[in-house]
Amino acid sequence: MPTLFDKLWQSHVVREARGEPTLLYIDLHLIHEVTSPQAFDGLRQGGRKVRRPDLTFGTVDHNVPTTDRSLPIADAIAANQVETLRRNCDEFGVQLYDINSPEQGIVHVIGPELGLTRPGMTIVCGDSHTSTHGAFGALAFGIGTSEVEHVLATQCLPQNKPLTMKVETRGALPEGVTAKDLALGIIGKIGTDGATGCVIEYTGEAVRTLSMEGRMTLCNMSIEAGARAGMIAPDETTFAYLKGRRFSLDEDVDYWKTLQSDTDAIFDRTVEIDASQLEPFVTWGTSPGMVVPVTSYVPDPTDEAAQRALEYMALEPRTNIQEIAIDRAFIGSCTNARIEDLRAAARVVKGYRINSSVSAMVVPGSQAVKRAAEREGLDRIFHEAGFEWREAGCSMCLGMNEDILQPGERCASTSNRNFEGRQGRGGRTHLVSPMMAAAAAIKGHFTDVRQWQFK
Amino acid sequence: MKAFTKHTGLVAPLDRANVDTDQIIPKQFLKRIERTGFGEFLFYDWRSDPTFVLNQPRYKGASVLVAGKNFGCGSSREHAPWALGEFGFRAIVAPSFADIFANNCFKNGMLPITLTTEQVEEIMSRAQQHEGYELTVDLERQTIEDSRGLSILFVVSEFQRYCLLEGLDDIGLTLKHEDLIREYELSHG
Repeated sequence: MPTLFDKLWQSHVVREARGEPTLLYIDLHLIHEVTSPQAFDGLRQGGRKVRRPDLTFGTVDHNVPTTDRSLPIADAIAANQVETLRRNCDEFGVQLYDINSPEQGIVHVIGPELGLTRPGMTIVCGDSHTSTHGAFGALAFGIGTSEVEHVLATQCLPQNKPLTMKVETRGALPEGVTAKDLALGIIGKIGTDGATGCVIEYTGEAVRTLSMEGRMTLCNMSIEAGARAGMIAPDETTFAYLKGRRFSLDEDVDYWKTLQSDTDAIFDRTVEIDASQLEPFVTWGTSPGMVVPVTSYVPDPTDEAAQRALEYMALEPRTNIQEIAIDRAFIGSCTNARIEDLRAAARVVKGYRINSSVSAMVVPGSQAVKRAAEREGLDRIFHEAGFEWREAGCSMCLGMNEDILQPGERCASTSNRNFEGRQGRGGRTHLVSPMMAAAAAIKGHFTDVRQWQFK
Repeated sequence: MKAFTKHTGLVAPLDRANVDTDQIIPKQFLKRIERTGFGEFLFYDWRSDPTFVLNQPRYKGASVLVAGKNFGCGSSREHAPWALGEFGFRAIVAPSFADIFANNCFKNGMLPITLTTEQVEEIMSRAQQHEGYELTVDLERQTIEDSRGLSILFVVSEFQRYCLLEGLDDIGLTLKHEDLIREYELSHG
């Protein structure tokens, strides 16, 4: 009867009492420079320690520059935030993958990469995209800074049990249609609050055939549908990914195999989606739910929010998506900056030059992804095409560092949010897959990557 | 944590759905390492528009915000309720809230109140029509009332209500169960 979520929840209950939230044990706590300083301050004020420094890992990703790492951080306030994390990790005995560490990277990229993220775990981080780790059959969700302090001090979190939602895919994704398009398709269907209060489990053929990178992309975007978390039951793909990873030597595959929803499990809600009918998607507005297939048109506004979004995006209704010209392309973020994403983009880029009116950058999700890509020669392909090849970090996904759009600039972005000003004040973001962003950078406008002439 | 019992204040109507935390407090202001100093940057980009609701003199000093559905969606940044609180807001009324944002509010003595779309629209239009429109939020009784006959019961979890009324430190509450935490750790290696 129980769902995968029920099993994960039940196995982490420290205390249950009528009328109170359940106290859940947290197996892994990831921290970064932006949402942790006030939490450590709180610990000091309360005279408390980090209960399990051995289950707590930090890195710097949100505001670090993606340019030459041998130089100091030019932004004094950002530098202070990074230095504060350094001091806090030192004082409280927490392992930090610092700016020049070979393990540094976006927190949701390095967790899985190091094998810190494993099936059956509860994982939290002061970042909404923590849902990414659910790809391994873990219960992983974003928390605020007060909750970061709570977990640091107690290794537990009081939580109200969320509802469950099954997203059942039918059919396989067509060639050129990726996990990102599946995520955008689901959000387009259920809305940005379609899964509020729910934990999603993604199932079906299209999910089973995804690589771990693709599953992470899909689970990553769960929060964009309002979900508390997203998850996928672990299988051979998961076990193969984890084999030999640094923190995953103690494999318990027999237990991991039990982490599945029972066949008669009951979900509070079920959504079905025919993956075989999906196309590459492009967002046209200022919310991830404002999305249409690349073969479509900017819609007529149906409400004030859509009208406002069109004005902000400077788009006319009924414009062919493929006639929208871009100024920038960004391939990066915790959604789409893993090795497979860079391979997919490089395959499109190979043998081409980016359009003369476009500036484009690739920001690998981690130093390890960067090294792997360089071993495969992907950096050369991007370089030769005119892309900038950067150091790892969140970069222009949220523009906390110098990597931002200028007012009015239009960007094809592999990130997760197209909110007003997200990538820079006045910037206009269109969310797409890595292949679609690469193709748009070369053409200078959106184009259907399914028609691409690969060289 | 700051307690919340009963509050009466001026209502500001922000008639937009899906207000995300990037709008509430843009990223360039997240580099501070303190919990304070965010209020002046609340809705920074929108406030460059002189007609924006919080720039209108009649809403100066507002402490109750009424907004459209899915308020606080997006990033988990607790800087959003910090900025709202420092600006003067104590309660936010909307048809729905993003989960993490609502959690973050409760941790900061701020009350997110979920009402039906019709109820929110009614409050929104009253706030727009009547200058100086105020609401009284009573957490003890779980009511929201104005002086024009509006009286609505709202729902909030019993535990969150208790914590807010008492202004409890929930880390302290969890640490009371130290024995259970240790027991869990021992039995789970």
